[in-house]
Amino acid sequence: MSETALDAAFFVRWMTAVAAAVDREADHLTELDSAIGDADHGSNLKRGFTAVRTALEKEPPATPGAVLVTAGKTLVSTVGGASGPLFGTLLRRTGKTLGDAERVGLGELRDGLRAGVDAVGQLGSSAPGDKTMLDALDPAVTALADGFAAAAEAAGAGSRATVPLQARKGRASYLGERSIGHEDPGAASSALLFAALAEVAR
Amino acid sequence: MTGRRAVAGTVGIVLVSHSGPVAESVAALALGLAGGAQAPVAAAGGTPDGGLGTSAELIAEAARSVDGGAGVALLVDLGSAVLTVKAMVAEGDELPESARLVDAPFLEGAVAAVVTASTGADLTAVATAAGEAYGYRKE
Repeated sequence: MSETALDAAFFVRWMTAVAAAVDREADHLTELDSAIGDADHGSNLKRGFTAVRTALEKEPPATPGAVLVTAGKTLVSTVGGASGPLFGTLLRRTGKTLGDAERVGLGELRDGLRAGVDAVGQLGSSAPGDKTMLDALDPAVTALADGFAAAAEAAGAGSRATVPLQARKGRASYLGERSIGHEDPGAASSALLFAALAEVAR
Repeated sequence: MTGRRAVAGTVGIVLVSHSGPVAESVAALALGLAGGAQAPVAAAGGTPDGGLGTSAELIAEAARSVDGGAGVALLVDLGSAVLTVKAMVAEGDELPESARLVDAPFLEGAVAAVVTASTGADLTAVATAAGEAYGYRKE
């Protein structure tokens, strides 16, 4: 695994796989969001990742970093809800951290994603345990040391573990204890990101 | 997005709300209360198709339209409006170099910012005046 070298085409496949997963799961994400949010997470992310797919097809960037910066920038400008700047910052900061390298290894990707996840925490002033996307992202990046499948599994488990939590950030936090018992939509979509990564790496 | 065009040497104000009508109305209110004010103000509310939400494109366009070289103060309402502007300031290249997110209550801060900017004050003074609106108790 330490010898894995990932090129720009791999990152385009990853983003395309995320777009497909978001398409497939949009209704489910919106259903989760209707319980504790404003019922637009699925449609917002679908619009965003459809635009990402179009942008990458139109002008495929030359490096892994540029793929993620383009994807992040596109999400910030097209989503329209809070998930736009959050996912956008995750991908853009990860991409910037990867720099201009034509190929990146697993360790570099992990460092890049760690910087991206930290930027998300800073943007939302949140930490794991607040019932947000960080509850899936944080364990996933840690588990990436053991490979893509382990990261996907950790993201899914992290997302399911948001069910008993009370939301401390975002619109769901207005619900107080009534946010308990529902899976966080942002954690669920973050898990899709890592499921897609494992899928394209297989 | 409507508003007054950039004025050289005057801080520009951008009002970012989830709702187009809210942003437009707060801009009109702030300009009205500021009297004969000349500070450029632009509203960037809702999504380009008129829905509720936040549009990075409308925000960038609004910021450019009021940038007279003295800085641009962005005031925001909630949630994605806050996060979008924060992300644009931290990561992006869509905003003028001097654009700054101002931590202030949306409506009261907008009035204070427009009045202050209209006196020719600099960006720091405008941001301070808007932020001080948090301290105005109503009871």
